[in-house]
Amino acid sequence: MPDVIPADSVGIVTPQIAQFDTPLALSCGQTLSSYQLIYETYGTLNQSASNAILICHALSGDHHAAGYHAMSDTKPGWWDTAIGPGKAIDTDKFFVIALNNLGGCSGSTGPTSTNPETGQRWEASFPIVTVEDWVESQARLADLLGIQTFAAIVGGSLGGMQVLEWSIRFPTRLKSAVIVASAPKLSTQNIAFNEVARQSIRRDPDFFDGNYINNNSVPTNGLGLARMLGHITYLSDDAMGAKFGRQMRHDSYQYNYGIEFEVESYLRYQGEAFTKRFDANTYMLMTKALDYFDPAAQTNGDLSAVLSRAQCEFLLVSFTTDWRFSPERSEEIVNALVKAGKSVSYAKIEATEGHDAFLFPIPRYMTALNTFLTRIASNLTTEVK
Amino acid sequence: MRSDLEMIDEWVQPNIRVLDLACGPGELLHHLIQNKQVNGYGLEIGHEDLNTCIAKGIPVLEQNIDEGLQNFDDQSFDLVLMTHALQQFRRPDLLIDEMLRIGKECIITFPNFGHWRSRLHLALKGRMPVSDFLPYNWYDTPNIHFFTFQDFERLCREKDIKVLRWAAVDGQLKDHWWIRSMPNLFSETAIFHISR
Repeated sequence: MPDVIPADSVGIVTPQIAQFDTPLALSCGQTLSSYQLIYETYGTLNQSASNAILICHALSGDHHAAGYHAMSDTKPGWWDTAIGPGKAIDTDKFFVIALNNLGGCSGSTGPTSTNPETGQRWEASFPIVTVEDWVESQARLADLLGIQTFAAIVGGSLGGMQVLEWSIRFPTRLKSAVIVASAPKLSTQNIAFNEVARQSIRRDPDFFDGNYINNNSVPTNGLGLARMLGHITYLSDDAMGAKFGRQMRHDSYQYNYGIEFEVESYLRYQGEAFTKRFDANTYMLMTKALDYFDPAAQTNGDLSAVLSRAQCEFLLVSFTTDWRFSPERSEEIVNALVKAGKSVSYAKIEATEGHDAFLFPIPRYMTALNTFLTRIASNLTTEVK
Repeated sequence: MRSDLEMIDEWVQPNIRVLDLACGPGELLHHLIQNKQVNGYGLEIGHEDLNTCIAKGIPVLEQNIDEGLQNFDDQSFDLVLMTHALQQFRRPDLLIDEMLRIGKECIITFPNFGHWRSRLHLALKGRMPVSDFLPYNWYDTPNIHFFTFQDFERLCREKDIKVLRWAAVDGQLKDHWWIRSMPNLFSETAIFHISR
């Protein structure tokens, strides 16, 4: 795939790299003296630079959100279901930017990059980055691309948290915010899952306290295990049941610890595949960024007080079978926005896919997204500033 | 705009906070946002209606009112509205309590089942009336409670609810002196503006 690029695809895309030499002071107290961000764009920026949409990625996401890098690619970008000509995020109307966050492992500066001060890979010494740091770095990328105000900033899950932070930190720099399957902060259970994931990585003997590359090693067992755990939380019990049930490998029980059930095989495959494309230190960093995010902490837990700064219109979407970030978590944001008197619409979408639903082309979800963005597009200024 | 909605419009002060329960495609709310600069939200569960609201830029939240309104703080809205929907909820009496908890004032419109034609239909044919306003059979109707202008007034008295004003209109949504004089018999739609 693809023999032919589908008509509603953005086609072949080439990632670009932006280099930043203005030091970035991070929440953790450390400073990155220079760094780079890798990003892709789809569609065309209009003359007044008013039609840009920023896509914020989730935990294991990257800059490749839509289209193909080459005709030999087996799969398009991670959110190709939503981004393209005529799709919910319509690239005939919008100029879409997707990037890999700082601390990532797909081309932006992160643990696998070389620390210019030591000439060595950062690995475990890469500072912990937060959602706030990401938003700051994304704003600098917007500056570089000549975008003062985004028509919309869109994100699911951890991406939704970045959107929320944007609306608070840079209220005049976005016209609208789309927050999908997200939460205003992690629950204790969410943090607990993240900690188990991190511990499974840290306790892998191949982890070497995070300096595994310098030790010619990869903590595949720990990272694979972390992903298996994560994967379970992204699906719903119903979705897993429908896909695998109690389907077995053999006709009868083997009474050993090999693969008996198909779901075991699936999880092992998912875990292993993930270790080939993702870095363990990045996984640790990203889960930490999730844990730390809590914008209401600055207003003593009053989410509506901190959201009173926002000036954009909001669309929130949740999915009925999502238990990692359940609809109630999205509704916390909705209720806080209503309390603060902000413009917000909310759709709770029937879906069987669990948390992963935000990546599926569920018709009602795509329609809501498209309807909201179509109106945003119709209100855009087109004159040159 | 439906003229019962026009009547409501006259009663609404500008620049207030409005919650419209079961807002449908958001006709009234859109009008109030545009012309009265209200800060308004609609609640709706109909998918097409939700989408229509989103397309018009009306803030709308998908929420099942029968599952409760606990997410809204006491007296957090100046006005809570419900047009032609009260008869569709499980416990209208408790819903009115909730509306008056959330809103300083409420405006409720409902079809008056005491209208002479409804009475006549039931008396002569012995069957539940089907009309333009209530175009459903008894088994597929979303309207699960039938009550009259008088029933509503009585409920307000029992609950010590103040009726700030009321209006009663016919099928063409016009008010006439004879409807005003005997609203229970002649009104097809009742409009109540109430508070605690």
